[in-house]
Amino acid sequence: MLIRKEIVVANRTGLHARPAAIFVQIANKFDSDITIIKDAQEVNGKSIMGILMLAAEKGARITIVADGEDAEQAVEELSGILLYDIEPEQK
Amino acid sequence: MKEKKRTPAKKQIQLKGIPAAPGIAIGKAHVFGTENVVPPERTISTREIPAEIARFKEVLKQTKKEILAIEKKISREMGVEHGRIFSAHLLVLEDSVLVKEVIARLKKRKKNIETVFTEVLNRYISVLSEAKDEYLRDRISDITDVGKRILRNLLGEEEEKSMEGLKEKSIVIAYDLSPSDTAMMHKGRVLGFATDIGGRTSHTAIMAKSLEIPAVVGLESVTDIIKNGDQIILDGIHGVIIVNPNKRFLEKYEKEKKKYEHLERELVELRFLPSETLDGKKVVVAGNIELPEDVASVISHGAEGIGLYRTEYFYMNRRDLPSEEEQFNAYKSVAIRIKPNYVIVRTLDLGGDKFLSQLDVPKEMNPFLGWRAIRFCLARPDIFKSQLRAILRASAYGKLKLMYPMISGVAEMRKANALLEEVKDELRTQGVPFNEDIPVGAMIEVPSAAITSHILAKEVDFFSIGTNDLIQYSLAVDRVNEKIAYLYEPTHPAVLSLIKNVIDNGHKEGIPVGMCGEMAGDVALTMILLGMGLDEFSTSPIAVPEVKKIVRSVNYSDAQKIAEKAFTFNTGKDVREYAKGKLRELVPDMAAELMD
Repeated sequence: MLIRKEIVVANRTGLHARPAAIFVQIANKFDSDITIIKDAQEVNGKSIMGILMLAAEKGARITIVADGEDAEQAVEELSGILLYDIEPEQK
Repeated sequence: MKEKKRTPAKKQIQLKGIPAAPGIAIGKAHVFGTENVVPPERTISTREIPAEIARFKEVLKQTKKEILAIEKKISREMGVEHGRIFSAHLLVLEDSVLVKEVIARLKKRKKNIETVFTEVLNRYISVLSEAKDEYLRDRISDITDVGKRILRNLLGEEEEKSMEGLKEKSIVIAYDLSPSDTAMMHKGRVLGFATDIGGRTSHTAIMAKSLEIPAVVGLESVTDIIKNGDQIILDGIHGVIIVNPNKRFLEKYEKEKKKYEHLERELVELRFLPSETLDGKKVVVAGNIELPEDVASVISHGAEGIGLYRTEYFYMNRRDLPSEEEQFNAYKSVAIRIKPNYVIVRTLDLGGDKFLSQLDVPKEMNPFLGWRAIRFCLARPDIFKSQLRAILRASAYGKLKLMYPMISGVAEMRKANALLEEVKDELRTQGVPFNEDIPVGAMIEVPSAAITSHILAKEVDFFSIGTNDLIQYSLAVDRVNEKIAYLYEPTHPAVLSLIKNVIDNGHKEGIPVGMCGEMAGDVALTMILLGMGLDEFSTSPIAVPEVKKIVRSVNYSDAQKIAEKAFTFNTGKDVREYAKGKLRELVPDMAAELMD
């Protein structure tokens, strides 16, 4: 099963550091292959280095592609990380 | 005097960087080698490739072990949040794409693994160094940190001991310090440190703060300018380094240093004293927490209770909903540990803007005005009642108070309380113990609630003002939006009026009024809030001693006059200037904490 979902990154700090780390940790829990596409750039969603390379900031338009048995759940959960602030507000 | 002629005084140089950790250090420089390991390059034959790959994988395993050990050490000694830095390192280490790329390149280039690995890593680093975002650029040091460790292990080198081997007390100067380096610093020997690169958000800066070592980062060329043994003043409050200071500067900073240390000592000494004004008015200075582990910090900073226990953490980053049992255990442990003081548990404050992976919550255009917090809870009694049950059960073990977030009017309060009564009935029938008189309060963060607080006050046991949202809603400012962040003003006359209204209405009905937003820890405003009659300040634990000090340094009668005067200004800026002036006048040694 191949699922694609396009989203706009709404997470305050974009897709770096902690969000990126959480994204990769969650991505690795799924069996599906995960790919993230931004502009013409395509990276492996299970790779922290790849994700950092994307430099996806708040407002960036990205596509998450999952291919495998659990693709649907993978896309849903992973897009959730980018749509909402997962880190509590800090001072 | 004669000697001075022979060796002319070196020229004094002043450098400006980014303040990373407060404090002042005066001492000799120890320039810490940049030690960029350049591995010897060697061509290998096709036959050697499998052995080279095996060696690489073996080293990855060994490095993982090392990092896990450091993570454990740091978590234990400095707290879990610092340990987490190293889990990011582990992700780099286990990055399958990176590993595959190195192996592919090895096969293609036929060079030794050290060379190939360095090349691949450098490519990533050069891309990252182009990033516009400071946060992203700061991640380079994480990657180099892991990279160096792997390389050292490939080359079979011993772990650097330089930081631990410092013989005399020094100020460490380096191009960059990795979190691993920083973690090895001994507070006694490292007086302070300064680096060429790094920003406010770099892990090194964060760790320096928690180690309480004064630090300045982002000095750009400090390693070129400073030589081993140079006399240095490091001012981590303003981000300034003075090399070869003259006598006048040295004297000035010796004084500053004493003042700062005096204040720090005083804050440490007074933290367990009661929060009482000079003329005997008592208030509560409490701490905010997110995890049961945070209780330790609340207690060590002398907080007199927990004014806000956020419970969202249970629901985030997981696939299932938290069980009642899991929540009960957490609330119970907090209640027991904070005894004999109280803890205010805020029920679930999640919604459109925050991650709720278990539930199919639709995306909203306007999440802060949307289906969230109490609105969400009232619509999902299954989730809400499970939390209420957990809180009630825990109330048998300590002083627990219950607070609903985002109450906008009395109808919501009644609906929530009706559910609470249902849960109480269930517990009674089942014979489960709980506190029948558990105080129930409303978080006041919606302007409508603040304006109608005279109605709400009749139906609750306490108020706690959540300033972050109250300010955002009443000034119509999304403070995450940088373009309008300047409009976010806690001292705006509208905000002050709302707060005053809530306090007065609460007191008319004889209920206590607290504050749990960031404003409660804003030391410039403590006197105004105190004078307005606020009963409880709940802040992040580190701000507790500061707020306490101000409370203990003033007369309530003076604070009342200051609060009255604050209402005569027309702009938020004027109020803040006035407040800062008063703080300088009445608690002069706290004024050093007024950054900006």
